[in-house]
Amino acid sequence: MMSDIVHRRSPVLSTVIWGLVLVWIIAAGFPFLWTLWGSFKVQGDFFSKADWANAVYGVRTQIETGGALTGNGYYGAWVTKEFGLAAFNTSIVVVSVVIISLTLGTLGGYALARSGKKYAFYLLMLALVFRAMPHITLVSGYLLPFFEWNLWGHLPTAIIVMVAINQPFTLWMLHSFFLNIPKDLDESAMVDGCTRFQAFRHVIVPVMWPGVVTTGLFSFLLAYNDFTVTATLLSQANQTMVPKIASFLGTTQTEGNIMFAVAAVVSATAPLFVLILFFQRQIVSGLTAGAVKG
Amino acid sequence: MKNRTFFWFILPSLITMLLFIALPIVSVAVQSLHIEHQAVMIEVENCGPFGCKQELQVDVEETAKLKEERPLGQFNALGTYTNRNHLAFTEIGLAWQSSTGVVDFFSKALNLPFYRALSFTLTYTFVVTPLVIIFGFMIALGVNTLPKRIKGPTIFISLLPMIVTPLIGSLILFWMIDANGILGATLQRIFDDPDLSLKASPTLTWIMLMVYGVWHSAPFAFIVFYAGLQTVPADTMEAAMIDGASRWERTRYVVLPHLMPLTVFISLIQLMDNFRVFEPIVSFSAQASATSLSWIIYNDLVGTESQFFGSAGATSVLTIIGVSILLIPVLIRTWRDFNQKVV
Repeated sequence: MMSDIVHRRSPVLSTVIWGLVLVWIIAAGFPFLWTLWGSFKVQGDFFSKADWANAVYGVRTQIETGGALTGNGYYGAWVTKEFGLAAFNTSIVVVSVVIISLTLGTLGGYALARSGKKYAFYLLMLALVFRAMPHITLVSGYLLPFFEWNLWGHLPTAIIVMVAINQPFTLWMLHSFFLNIPKDLDESAMVDGCTRFQAFRHVIVPVMWPGVVTTGLFSFLLAYNDFTVTATLLSQANQTMVPKIASFLGTTQTEGNIMFAVAAVVSATAPLFVLILFFQRQIVSGLTAGAVKG
Repeated sequence: MKNRTFFWFILPSLITMLLFIALPIVSVAVQSLHIEHQAVMIEVENCGPFGCKQELQVDVEETAKLKEERPLGQFNALGTYTNRNHLAFTEIGLAWQSSTGVVDFFSKALNLPFYRALSFTLTYTFVVTPLVIIFGFMIALGVNTLPKRIKGPTIFISLLPMIVTPLIGSLILFWMIDANGILGATLQRIFDDPDLSLKASPTLTWIMLMVYGVWHSAPFAFIVFYAGLQTVPADTMEAAMIDGASRWERTRYVVLPHLMPLTVFISLIQLMDNFRVFEPIVSFSAQASATSLSWIIYNDLVGTESQFFGSAGATSVLTIIGVSILLIPVLIRTWRDFNQKVV
């Protein structure tokens, strides 16, 4: 009853609030909707100086292709420009980064959560410093040695680099998840004669999945969204989607194939869309985990 | 946990971090003290129809050999740091002497690549961070009052700008503000100026980049504040109401203090992340009007003819120093929190 009074508000205020939320929703969602729709048009419609409504009805698309919608952009990106190869490379990189960082991260995060010693805290502080380093400064440290040792350009190199860059964040997140798992659980297993590793393996592993899934989502996003590392450390043949799109910019603009890039952008956004659809709750809880607790 | 066990658990993670984060920082510092070899010149006699001349030529073979032997280049001490492309002491000194006033001095200094990048990076960081917090807070307050049924979809849409790849998100906006894109063309019509281009004007480019920055990061602040709003103590709220506090006063004196720690958290994270602003400059092809520290390092590394490791190293070291300064408050805060927990 009390909460009803707390939440009662004047009609003016309600309108302002609804208006504000509506403006935000449009600002956040419309660009994606617009680009998705536009990707099925020809360039003359998506970039229509005369009238933006052309892009809605597809006037030029009708003239040039005979239909209101066209898949030419997608054909160009996936077939002509071999975007599929980049998508394949991205999936290799992303899956490997997620699996490796979670494996290393769960072991390390568990140790940090259970240690209780001063040096565990110093390690966490060090991880915080490492997390703050701009990725490009690290990359400028890799390039020369990687060239010298012929490590440059290969997928495994980019994978291990991204795992490392990902570690500080993974450690912090998993560390705070493990803190929430009661100590008694693994300690009673050790009283029963398990070694630390056995206790971890048989008692902690079965209950750690919610935290691991959430952390895994963020590792996925870091690897999937990365531009700095993949653009500088991968050779042309091994390029992943994001640097591929960046390289589209130069070539397609001059060739008049900008719609290839638009189609590629939509293709690369689609998996993220699905990801939020299924894991919205985990993403929200992951974002707030660090904040609300610490 | 025993020290030995701890060591084995943390080892793999620690090795990757040391190899690929700590070591590169050292490597960057070493690189920054070196400079690319100059081409080895040899004197050759060039005989043509008008007699023979002594000419200097690049000895390709010798140069390649020298590069092979010492790939790092030659030792340059702090030379790279002080040259025109970095701290530019000489140029700054000259500008100081020759300039007529403070404004003139700054306009001269901001023509130097490093200071140009630094000025954009700092402006971006300190404009975007507060705006992200303000917008995030307002959206959170707004969404919190929505009926439960539409909260979920609202949060779903709100997450998009943050989750989508920065390079892709900024490209999507860039296409819309293109002179022929929906926003760009509409703006031209509104201002009745067919030459209005958001790309051509440095001021508009700066504004667009910052608009992108706020758009990209506001969801983060929103989600954190939204979670914080769920934990505002109901008792305090009711007590404030009984004491006759208005809606505004309740927000000001109950909700805001409760969310203060979150505000600190968001601003610290945002300061660190905004300082490395990079992708939008690539997407917007904005380098003519705005460069950031990360962008000039990238530019040194992906040069088409040759890469300038020394120059990239020096900028990297200066950037790391900048990040460390921003990081000090974060470390102090974490330190204090930890010590409080122990006591």
